[in-house]
Amino acid sequence: MNAIQVQDAIARTHREEWGRVVAALARRFGDLDVAEEAAAEAFAAAVERWPDEGVPPNPGGWLTTTAHRRALDRIRRESKRDAKQREAQLSYDEPSEPPEPVGVIEDERLRLIFTCCHPALAPEARVALTLRMLGGLTVAEIARAFLVQEAAMGQRITRAKAKIRTARIPYRVPSAEDLPDRVSGVLAVLFLVFNEGYLATGPGTEPVRQELTAEAIRLARLLRAQLPGDGEVAGLLALMLLTEARRTARVSSGGELVALGEQDRAAWDAALIAEGHRLVRERLATGAAPGRYQILAAINAVHTSARRVEDTDWSQVVALYDQLVRLDPSPVVALNRAVAIAELDGPQVALAAVDRLGDRLSGYHPFHATRADLLRRLGHDAEARAAYDRAVELAGNTAESAALTRRRNELGAG
Amino acid sequence: MQYLLSVITDSAALADDEEAAAIDVFNEGMQRDGHWVFAAGLAGPDNTTVVDNRGGQALLTDGPFVESKEYLIGFWIVEAPDLDVALKLAAGGSKACNRKVEVRPIL
Repeated sequence: MNAIQVQDAIARTHREEWGRVVAALARRFGDLDVAEEAAAEAFAAAVERWPDEGVPPNPGGWLTTTAHRRALDRIRRESKRDAKQREAQLSYDEPSEPPEPVGVIEDERLRLIFTCCHPALAPEARVALTLRMLGGLTVAEIARAFLVQEAAMGQRITRAKAKIRTARIPYRVPSAEDLPDRVSGVLAVLFLVFNEGYLATGPGTEPVRQELTAEAIRLARLLRAQLPGDGEVAGLLALMLLTEARRTARVSSGGELVALGEQDRAAWDAALIAEGHRLVRERLATGAAPGRYQILAAINAVHTSARRVEDTDWSQVVALYDQLVRLDPSPVVALNRAVAIAELDGPQVALAAVDRLGDRLSGYHPFHATRADLLRRLGHDAEARAAYDRAVELAGNTAESAALTRRRNELGAG
Repeated sequence: MQYLLSVITDSAALADDEEAAAIDVFNEGMQRDGHWVFAAGLAGPDNTTVVDNRGGQALLTDGPFVESKEYLIGFWIVEAPDLDVALKLAAGGSKACNRKVEVRPIL
C-alpha cells in the first residue's frame, strides 16, 4: 500500500469511525472531553504508525482499542495529580464490568446524539456538539458552517460539554415515555447535519460532504427502527433519501451546482427513490395529518416521480407548499413556494410573491438567487445581474457560486 | 447528586390555598421517593439586606443584590441521579406552585 492509499484509508476511517469511537469511549468513561481527546490521539497515532506498519485489518477496532488505552493513561495520570479521581479510576479500570442497562435504543451513537441534543442545551450548541462528537468535524469547520468565529464556536462547544458534565446530563437514550418529546429536537439537528452535508459551506470544503449526509441518514434509520410509528421520523428519513438520491446529478463535472430541472434524471439513485416513495406512501396510508418533514418528503416524492422535468405535477407541489405554509408560515417556506408558483403561474406572479419577502430575507442568498432567476426569465437583465451578484456574495457553497456566476455571465449586456 | 430548584416569581403574592395544597402533595411525593433534602419559602425582596464586609467594615444595603422584575421566592434542594430526573422534579414543582423553577447543580 503506498503513502497515498494509507492517507485515503486514514481519511476514510476517520469519516466512518470517528462517531463510533467517540461514542464508545463516552459510554465507557462518561466524559465527552476524555472521549474526544482520546479519539483524537488515536487518530494521530494512526497517522504516525499506519504508513510504516500498514493499515490494520480492522481499522475501527484498532482505533477503539488505542483510544481506550489513551483514555485510561490520561485518567491514571490525572488521578495521580488529583486524589479525588482515584475512586473514579478504580471503577474505570474494572474491565469485566457488566454493561449498564441500556434504554430502548442500543446504538451508542444514538445515545450520544440524544446527549448532544438534550433540551437543556441551547439549540445552536446541540448542532455544534453533534457535528463535533458524531460527525468528527473540526471546530473550524463547524464555525465556518455556521458563520461564526472559530473562538466563539470553540467556546460554545466547551461550554456545552462542561454543562453535560457539571449538571450531569445523562448519557442515555430517553425512556420510552419521554422519547417522543425528545425526538423532534433530534430530528431538527439531523436535518441540519444533513443539509450541511448536502450544501456544504466554506471555500475550502467539497460542495457536497457525503460523510455528513450519510451519517444523518444512518442515524435517521436507527431512529426509525426504534420508532416505526413516528410519522416525522419516517418523513425526515424519506426526505433525506429522496434528496440524497439526486446527489450525484447535482454537481457537474465542472464543479457547478446543477438545478433540479437540469439534472440528468438517469443519474438519480433509483433504489433510494423507491425506498423514499415507499415511506411517503406508508405515511399517506395512515391518514394522519402530516408534519413538516412528511410534507417536504411528499414534495420531493412529486419531483422524483417525474421522468422529465416537464412532467412535474406543479399543482401538486404548490398544494403541498400551501399545506406547509399553514404549518410553518416562515419567509423561507414562502420563498420555496414561490419557486413552484413560477412553474405553475409564471415568473411574473412568482416575482411579486418573492419581492414581498425582501425585508425579511435580504441576507439569505437563495432569496437573491431565486429573484435573479425570475428576473432573467422575464428579460430584466440588468436587475438580474445585480441580484446574481448579491447571491454570489452571500452564497457559501462553491458549486452554487460557480453556477450563479455562470448564469450571471450569460446575461446580455443590458 | 443534589440540585437547587429555585422558585421564580414576579408578583408579591404568596402561594394561595390551592397552590399550597399542591405543594404539600408534591413535597410528600418527593419524600416518599427519596428526592427530598430541604425546602423553604423566602420573604420578598423588600425584606432583603445585602452585607458587604470585604472592605473590613460591613456595609449594609437595603434590598436584594440585583433588582429585577423576577426574584427568588423559595427553593427546594433535591437529590437526583442526573439532570433528567432533576428536570422532572422541577416540572412537578413548577406545576404545583404555579411558578417558574430554575434548576442548578450543587457542586
